[in-house]
Amino acid sequence: MRLLMSGSKSGGHLPQLWVGGALTAIVLITALVAGFWTPYPADQQSIIDRLQGPSMAHWLGTDLYGRDILSRIMGGAQTALWVGMAAIGVGLAGGLPLGLAAAMNRNGLIDTAIARGSDLIFAFPALLTAVLIAAIHGPGMINVIVAVGIFNIAVFARVVRGAALSIMARPFLQAAIAIGRPWPSIALVHLLPNIAGVVAVQATVQFAAAILAEAALSYLGLGIKPPDPSWGKMLADAQTLLYLSPMQAILPGLAIVWTVLGLNLLGDGLRDALDPKLRSLRAV
Amino acid sequence: MAGFISHRLMMLVLTLFVASLVVFWVLELLPGDAAQLLLGTEVQPDTLAAIRAQLGLDRPALLRYGDWIGGLLTGDLGDSLVYGIPIWDMVRDRLAVSLPLAVMAFTIATAIALPVGMVAAMQRGRLTDLILMGFAQIGLAVPNFWFGLLLILVFAVLNNWFNAGGFPGWQDDPVGSLKALFLPALALGVSEAAILSRMVRAAMLETLGEDYVRTARAKGLSISRVLFGHTLGNAMIPIATLMGLQFAFLVAGSVIVENVFYLPGIGQLLLKAIFERDLILVRDLVLMLSGFVIVLSFCVDIAYGFIDPRLRRTQ
Repeated sequence: MRLLMSGSKSGGHLPQLWVGGALTAIVLITALVAGFWTPYPADQQSIIDRLQGPSMAHWLGTDLYGRDILSRIMGGAQTALWVGMAAIGVGLAGGLPLGLAAAMNRNGLIDTAIARGSDLIFAFPALLTAVLIAAIHGPGMINVIVAVGIFNIAVFARVVRGAALSIMARPFLQAAIAIGRPWPSIALVHLLPNIAGVVAVQATVQFAAAILAEAALSYLGLGIKPPDPSWGKMLADAQTLLYLSPMQAILPGLAIVWTVLGLNLLGDGLRDALDPKLRSLRAV
Repeated sequence: MAGFISHRLMMLVLTLFVASLVVFWVLELLPGDAAQLLLGTEVQPDTLAAIRAQLGLDRPALLRYGDWIGGLLTGDLGDSLVYGIPIWDMVRDRLAVSLPLAVMAFTIATAIALPVGMVAAMQRGRLTDLILMGFAQIGLAVPNFWFGLLLILVFAVLNNWFNAGGFPGWQDDPVGSLKALFLPALALGVSEAAILSRMVRAAMLETLGEDYVRTARAKGLSISRVLFGHTLGNAMIPIATLMGLQFAFLVAGSVIVENVFYLPGIGQLLLKAIFERDLILVRDLVLMLSGFVIVLSFCVDIAYGFIDPRLRRTQ
């Protein structure tokens, strides 16, 4: 908190943190509310109400099957956040121990193996991994999570390794090593709390990336299966209706931009708050 | 330098080899096999056996892997399961769409990102910087396929200046083909420009903070003189690296945009191959795209080594 206070005095860059936090909080609340209430069930069809414009009954109108667009956007928020959280969970579960192991075994066999493994994963953009998985199992939410999660493992392993190495050069950690504290204790007591900030920043960035990936894969028909609501799928459905109902192609896209922008701003703001030295270098 | 290149070359071959193993074995994990997927579950066992024998699926996986790699090395990508024609013929036609699209998108991205990033760095902390980087921040959040849809909406649906999609073919209508690639390239390029411009700004600021720049400024040189005379060349090193890597991801990103604009490129072929369960085609295309990313990273590494001797010494 002290960091946030001092930042606000000196820089004026912290609006990012607050704007990003506010945008993200709204999405989070929307997703939470969608868990127990939406104006209509997100997959409820009503052919006589199809392609209606905004009205009191349907605030954002209806789609080709008469489904309420607001309800589907709310449901889409829930889907996006689930995929994002699960992909981060997979990434952290794999990347955190690998990154710590690599840092502690600097330039050793484990470190080299993890570095080469990460290189290999980076050679397959998450989209290609998802394509491979979809070729085997067909489309589905789990496939998106696995594809983005695998990519995240490599990202987190690399970030954790870098952050841990910089902490390991500090005197307090050298002292802990010198007095012979066991490695698991060093990792848990000294390294983890000190790299938590960096990991949190990366997590918000990867969260945003996961939401974009989910939208793209669902748009291609490789992600969330109908009738589950997904912003990407809504855009795919809207493409054939561009002439009839252009708003349908705009609203889910705005929801994606809102969410990703919020998370990116939050990530940048957190980074600046945690490391004021970087502020002058960062893009706003 | 020779040691640096040979080390990198060795890593390139190793990475390509492991990537090919991953692609092959991931698709080997399939429940059933390519013949089963192709014919469905209702097929007679003898028909299945005949097709499996025809496709060579009755042979051990290791031999099939060897055949596949041997074929790739001699330029034989095999035949499509669904269409029965050589995959190379299908890929060649598609490359004529995908490669120009990637080059156009990259040109657009560079043309936007370089000046935007430089101006933002020069105007650091001022209103211009704030506005430009605000746009970049929004650009990062806009999915390229949605931006493509908006472009179709504005330029094809509302104004009829461009076709909403499709590709007439280079031989039939070169100008029309170029025009057909413009909106997709814009959709891809603007999204990339958002990423690149932030990187350009950061690289410029880092270079502008160097001691020699301070000295040049202290001598009384104007900021633009320092920028063009001293910093641009140095800042271009990381920028060029990032651009190389971005180009690789642009090719992968075109998978989505090609489907937005119904362009008959590699991306559309890949998606078709998945839905038609043409596994041999999927395997070749995924390896080709990831191989492209790997080779491009290698080229960037080598170029970087040439430009920055410090990097060679650390190897």
